[in-house]
Amino acid sequence: MNFKHKFVFLFPGLFVLIGILIFPIIFTIRLSFSGWNSYTPEMNFIGITNYIRLFTDDPRFWESFFRLSFLSVTTVILQYIIGFSLALMVWRDIKFKRFFRVMFLIPMMTTPVIMTVIWRTFFHESLGPVNDLLGAFGVGPKWLSDPATAKITVIIVEVWQWTPFMFLLLLAGLLSLPKEPFLAAAIDGASAFRKFVFVTFPLMAPISIGAIIIRLIEASKIMDTVFVLTSGGPGTATETSSFYIYIKGLREFQMGYAATLSFTYLVIMIISLTIIAKVLTKLMIKE
Amino acid sequence: MYKFYIFLKYSFVALWTMFVVAPFLWALSTSFKDFQSVNSKVTYIPWIDYQPSLEGWKVLIKSPAKGGVDIVEPYFNSIFVTCTASVISIFLGTLAAYALSRFTFKAGFVRNNDITFFFISQRIMPPIVLSIPFFIFLSTIGLLDSLIGLVVVYIVLLMPIAVWIMVDFFNRVPKELDETALIDGCNPYQAFYKVVLPNSIPGLIVAGMFCIIFGWIDFFFAFILTFTEVQLLPVKVVALNSSVTPWWSLSASALVSVAPLIIVAFIVERYLSKGNLSGALK
Repeated sequence: MNFKHKFVFLFPGLFVLIGILIFPIIFTIRLSFSGWNSYTPEMNFIGITNYIRLFTDDPRFWESFFRLSFLSVTTVILQYIIGFSLALMVWRDIKFKRFFRVMFLIPMMTTPVIMTVIWRTFFHESLGPVNDLLGAFGVGPKWLSDPATAKITVIIVEVWQWTPFMFLLLLAGLLSLPKEPFLAAAIDGASAFRKFVFVTFPLMAPISIGAIIIRLIEASKIMDTVFVLTSGGPGTATETSSFYIYIKGLREFQMGYAATLSFTYLVIMIISLTIIAKVLTKLMIKE
Repeated sequence: MYKFYIFLKYSFVALWTMFVVAPFLWALSTSFKDFQSVNSKVTYIPWIDYQPSLEGWKVLIKSPAKGGVDIVEPYFNSIFVTCTASVISIFLGTLAAYALSRFTFKAGFVRNNDITFFFISQRIMPPIVLSIPFFIFLSTIGLLDSLIGLVVVYIVLLMPIAVWIMVDFFNRVPKELDETALIDGCNPYQAFYKVVLPNSIPGLIVAGMFCIIFGWIDFFFAFILTFTEVQLLPVKVVALNSSVTPWWSLSASALVSVAPLIIVAFIVERYLSKGNLSGALK
């Protein structure tokens, strides 16, 4: 095929994306070497002072990063297990198949922040239905004001919101699997359990990896839920990296330092996601 | 044993369904309450537990001057921004995806996969990282607090999704299709437009739905980049989430805001059941 046509197809999209992003990215990197804050709102050059501060004198950022890792890994594992189970259950014969499929898809169509506003009333400690029903058993967890339980609340809301996405990707994968391996397994008289372990799961491995990586990318941006549900609180118990950068940048107006955080965060994320992708591929696809 | 398994399966599915609908039912019930029935004790069923009132829904159509919540304008803003950005992203993303699926690119160590990864990797960036520079960028060119500014930002958000879905989809459209068209005397653009595109409609619909979902549910960019002139729906609803706002109008406006996209769940399910999605999402 002619050489130049391929560029006509690729370049509009590529250049629009680069054109929109080039300024923000260069600006962030430049800003990270400046001391822009509300007292000196100017693009001065202070060298790597911000980076030194981040690596030697900011445990709060690293704590928020580990919290983010914990939250996103936990939610994605839960979403994978639940999503895969749900997908397997409505994959073949079940009554009301289409009804259940629609039901399982609905949460991902709803706006996270708006649903979180509802969840906030749902988990309200004295006027919400959860504690009212649990009250019958004599327990009333402090869903939003206790550091440990607040994390669980965030995880519950995230799992509700995003399991459907995992479910959708995995069900689409299941429906595209070839029939022959299952026939062969049936002829060999394999049990349902063995069929899953030796046929379904290996066939689904590449799709699973793709789905997990995509969900990890999205989960690492967890922000909307935290923002509305707990505002990072109580204390800093549910503060994630994004939220910490938000506080530094747009509440305390330490723009320069926030840019340093952003840039460092991006580098860490890209490296760790690449590693996770490699490790998962090794673990799940056995020759 | 088998019966037990069936029982387990249905209970699991039913339990999850209950979990899915619980917040909606709670919001629906709350939206018909008034001060008394929210603040005295937890109530669930209208007429039995409390006397329903339409107050929560009435504020939605009242003008802001009379203490109403004006969500009509944010509604149309959200629709406009989501649809415009989706159409542009799909258009550019489909072209790029076609190129990445059919031709070989080579520039230094950069190969097709790297370019595809570049597109998709834009999703790694949390909104907060981009929103500070975008804030300054848009205010420099005078597009802060405007619909056009938001559309520009949303293209970054949505084009990766379009490219991701369409590359996989085109990879499953047989290459012979374009080759036959070329032999029959089409030029590459005609081959794409007249032969490949009509065969990619399921993929386009899936990509379109995903763009609409992820555009519609975004909150953070709209929150940072707009103030008074332009307000999108999520920002408007969350702004209600102060201590002053009664739960009933909050619930009513939340339900109204999430309702339209629930239709998308039905469309997605239809494509899923017909097997069209399998190629598009893998």
